[in-house]
Amino acid sequence: MADQFEPKILAFCCNWCSYAGADLAGVSRMQYPPNVRVVRVMCSGRIRPEAVFKALSNGIDGVLVLGCHIGDCHYLTGNHRTAKRMLVLEKLLDHLGVDPRRLKVDWISASEGEKFSRTITTFTEQIKKLGPANGGAHGRRG
Amino acid sequence: MSEETPKSPPRIGVFVCHCGKNIGGVVDVPSVAKFAEGLPNVVFSTDNLYTCAEDGLTCIKDAVVKHNLNRVVVASCTPRTHAPLFMSAIEEAGLNQYLFEFVNIRDQCSWVHMKEPEKATKKAMILVEMGVRKASLLEALEEKEIAVEPSALVIGGGVAGMVAALGIADHGFQVHIVEREERLGGLIGNIEKVYPVKRAASSVISDLERAVRASPMIEVHTSSTVKDAKGYVGNYDVEIQNGGASTFHRIGAIIVATGATEFKPEGMYSYGEDGRILTQLELERQMREGKVDGVKSVAMIQCVAARGEKFTYCSKMCCSVAIKNAIELKTKQPAIDVSILYNDIQMPGEALEKVYTDAREMGIKFLRFPLKARPQVVADGGLAVRFFNESLGADDELRPDLVVLSAPLVPREGAKELSRMLKVPLGQDGFFFEAHVKLRPLDFATDGVYLCGTAHGPKGLQESISQAMGAASRALIPLSNGKVRGEAAVAFADEATCIGCGNCVKVCPYVAIDRVERNGRFVAVVNSALCKACGTCVPACPSGAMTQKSFTDSQLLEMVDAVSQEEA
Repeated sequence: MADQFEPKILAFCCNWCSYAGADLAGVSRMQYPPNVRVVRVMCSGRIRPEAVFKALSNGIDGVLVLGCHIGDCHYLTGNHRTAKRMLVLEKLLDHLGVDPRRLKVDWISASEGEKFSRTITTFTEQIKKLGPANGGAHGRRG
Repeated sequence: MSEETPKSPPRIGVFVCHCGKNIGGVVDVPSVAKFAEGLPNVVFSTDNLYTCAEDGLTCIKDAVVKHNLNRVVVASCTPRTHAPLFMSAIEEAGLNQYLFEFVNIRDQCSWVHMKEPEKATKKAMILVEMGVRKASLLEALEEKEIAVEPSALVIGGGVAGMVAALGIADHGFQVHIVEREERLGGLIGNIEKVYPVKRAASSVISDLERAVRASPMIEVHTSSTVKDAKGYVGNYDVEIQNGGASTFHRIGAIIVATGATEFKPEGMYSYGEDGRILTQLELERQMREGKVDGVKSVAMIQCVAARGEKFTYCSKMCCSVAIKNAIELKTKQPAIDVSILYNDIQMPGEALEKVYTDAREMGIKFLRFPLKARPQVVADGGLAVRFFNESLGADDELRPDLVVLSAPLVPREGAKELSRMLKVPLGQDGFFFEAHVKLRPLDFATDGVYLCGTAHGPKGLQESISQAMGAASRALIPLSNGKVRGEAAVAFADEATCIGCGNCVKVCPYVAIDRVERNGRFVAVVNSALCKACGTCVPACPSGAMTQKSFTDSQLLEMVDAVSQEEA
């Protein structure tokens, strides 16, 4: 299966919870697919929905937005914004011709290394099933 | 520290770490370093056995000088543990420490792809490219240092306020207590005894007041209010008004201890229709004045107006107040008949549990009613209390000489104004609302403002005192440091592009953004002393005026583009 589809997956992680959860997955040597590339932000509330859409329309096959659990945000209510904004984005993606299943929003604490690893694994499998974004024309749209 | 963003084009140095075998055992580190060499703006790239070791750090510092680097990328472990080390290393070499980018190729690469070394190497390369592309756009930042005025304002002169004031004054800082009433003491000043210690409330107050008055560091402003408070942590300008006269003070930290008051249940349970229907606080006054000495029977009703009747919450201390007063009545006149009509009894902890047991042993009756069918009080010349007695499973009636209503604590008047003035929130019940119920229970989200006592919600004396001591010690952190260090990666609003919509003001969890008038139009201004650098305001901005330093749109999009342009 040499030319099996290997999706490009981007994960926005907040510095305090999900990025720390990713570190814990590493310290615990929990193996997961190497498709994911992490972009660290201080708070998931910093993530622009437009950037997620841009990624999905420019050749990235799946985007994860991972923040602190609701109630645990390092910045009190930053992730409340994330939850609302990404909910709107999910609804919009359908109208914009992007399968909303290519976006996943989840909450992962600093102690949930196992959840981080599991989230990456199941999301990667899901995106593999969905196939490449842009209907197989891999790469960027002109 | 170097404050300037280099004007010359980026000259990036990349340092890829083996971390012994932790990275090097999986990822082909020399190949990653070689790959980095070919990236735009990279003028130097190398691999180190341990970049964080002394020779690794020396390697970075030497390369900064030798190759005239103006940005540094380290690809190794996690910024959460090692960023400060590398940042101070490049600062020692003369660079601003924020001209640094961290790439995690251990925790998030070699350790989690141990069985796929080729894919791990490829991933490490793209992660380095993301870091390099972001680094090309990094700017020098500074952490603003703000001086803190060595004085505190305590709003409210009840027990919590006095305890907090003493806590701060004892550390040698000036404290102003502002009390609306003519005397200090607050709610406890109106009661007779405090349980479970059975101590006279007046002695608690007088001990505290004596200490407060004796302290050379505390200035008491009675019959006074806070008219205005402007500023931010360390630097508040406060106007205290007494009658028509105002005094002005520079204040470093503020403690809100405005307390609570007993709700008057007008129009409920026939309260107000008959002088023999009282609240617990009114009963205490009548007991003190000897007016209840001839009374033969008393019925107390719990949860009046609380737990869904008018207010949603349980007032927490009405049970202990009712049982305390029942015991006091019974002790004075053992023949008196006291019934407490309740739904649930809240007497937590060893000491209060014992008070409850004592009350039952003394013959005080506890009669349970369902919350959905609360007792009715009828003043028909005599007094009738009709209720569904759950123990009997039947309607029941008492004919007491006195009905006492246990009404909840409610916030003091003026809480709303004060919350607006200090930019701190109230919860839905109108009590002041802490930053985090578990992690920051005595802080507001706004730096420099703290909270204690019943202003925060109903609570007993012991808890109020503990909170007051805690709030004092929280306030002492900026006061004794003498300065607070602001975040570097703060938000910044470009006034030229800002349309003044105020979206950012609404989403900021720290009330760090103001909408101010500039040349006839409104613009957002971020107070970098208050900004905690979350960046939540950035996506809220419809005009692209808001930027978070070190996490700018263009920096993040460079990283996204690096991934989308990656060869499959």
